[in-house]
Amino acid sequence: MRVLSVEALGADFAAAVREEATGWDRRGALPAEMARALGANGLLGADLPRAHGGLDAGAAALGELCAHLGGVCSALRGLVTVQGMVSAALLRWGTPAQRDRWLPALARGTRIAGFAVTEEGAGTDLAVATTTISRAGTGFELTGRKRWVTFGQVADVFLVSGLVDGEHTTVLVEADRPGVWREPVTGQLGMRAAQLAHLRFDAVSVPAENLVAPPGFGLSHVVATALDHGRFTVGWGCVGMAEACLREATGHVVNRRQGGVSLAEHQVVRGLLGRAAVDTAAARELCRRAARLRAAGDPEAVVGTVAAKYAAARAAAEVAGSAVQVLGAAGCAPESRPGRFFRDAKVMEIIEGSAQVCELTVAEDLLRRHGYSTAGAR
Amino acid sequence: MEVTAVAREIREFVTRSLGTTVGDDEDYFELGLVNSLFAIELIAFVERGYAFTVEVDDLDRDNFRTVSRLAAFVVAKCAC
Repeated sequence: MRVLSVEALGADFAAAVREEATGWDRRGALPAEMARALGANGLLGADLPRAHGGLDAGAAALGELCAHLGGVCSALRGLVTVQGMVSAALLRWGTPAQRDRWLPALARGTRIAGFAVTEEGAGTDLAVATTTISRAGTGFELTGRKRWVTFGQVADVFLVSGLVDGEHTTVLVEADRPGVWREPVTGQLGMRAAQLAHLRFDAVSVPAENLVAPPGFGLSHVVATALDHGRFTVGWGCVGMAEACLREATGHVVNRRQGGVSLAEHQVVRGLLGRAAVDTAAARELCRRAARLRAAGDPEAVVGTVAAKYAAARAAAEVAGSAVQVLGAAGCAPESRPGRFFRDAKVMEIIEGSAQVCELTVAEDLLRRHGYSTAGAR
Repeated sequence: MEVTAVAREIREFVTRSLGTTVGDDEDYFELGLVNSLFAIELIAFVERGYAFTVEVDDLDRDNFRTVSRLAAFVVAKCAC
């Protein structure tokens, strides 16, 4: 039997479900078997070591996988993203027992993870979170509300951030613990099949062994590691969206005639395609650069990933918009893929670091290199 | 591995990362000089530079808060 590469597995999987994704978006859910189907191929933990149920894939291969899935369905790529974020945090900062319990299950898709960090008053600035994790007996008691949790409707375990004695901390909370309440979110602008939920934790008992990293390291290390991984996979998903939109737009331009003239004859249409092609290629190259930096363990990888995610989300939004424009009414139709990606791409410019925050991050990095201290800025 | 050489390399990295010179015993976290990405950048720097892995058990603020302490931590880890 020929062993397929992670990228080839991703390409095959994406091709197999390509025509179903529109229906998923309309129904607001992935089919229940989708996590296990992805997991059966190891695609929910591709970059994890084999010992933890992964495929030992490098950053570049993980990226290509996300581009293939992103070009079909943002929610499907979102599942890879959220499993990857929580897995990355546990691989890096979890205990051996936490890794053993969760990593193989997340990689195989037999368990789904949620990343519960955002709050009503803590979006871009996660430091102002108010969820409390109080010491109770030998363990902890968790009280608070979290919002916009991807796959929160179906997750089996949540990585939750909160304050222990005023210090930012993270804990794993199994979804079946008494006091965990989910409120499904439907009809949001994009990623409609990602089964979002708002969560309420009402004095939830959590054993001490569910603590991830010591108190005080939750935001700076655990959440930071997860978000860094998330930005990387979101960026590559956006590359896939932009590439898919460019293909559709070009195919339409080549085949569509109006008034006896092919759309391809119009200079304004060619200009739009040219810009879209360059934006898309630039996004891919920045994501490749991020993959190289990550593979090398370069400290620059964090900012390089922010830059890649920023550029790729912007390219996806621009190119999806252009594709809808070129397709006209067909681009606005309920079954339009560019139309769906147009909605999804706007979400990508907001999550895992909004475009504005990404710009500030890159600028601060630049200023510091020139000896300008940006202390106190986030 | 020699602690003063390690301290010099760490000092150069920290200075470049923060855009300002810090004394070997100044707590850059306490002084509010760092941004939200710095903690994992710092870990990547020592892991790549000195070829060891920072484990969850190493997450003690005392290991990372100053150039001197981080240099001592790196030397201790590499001597293991």
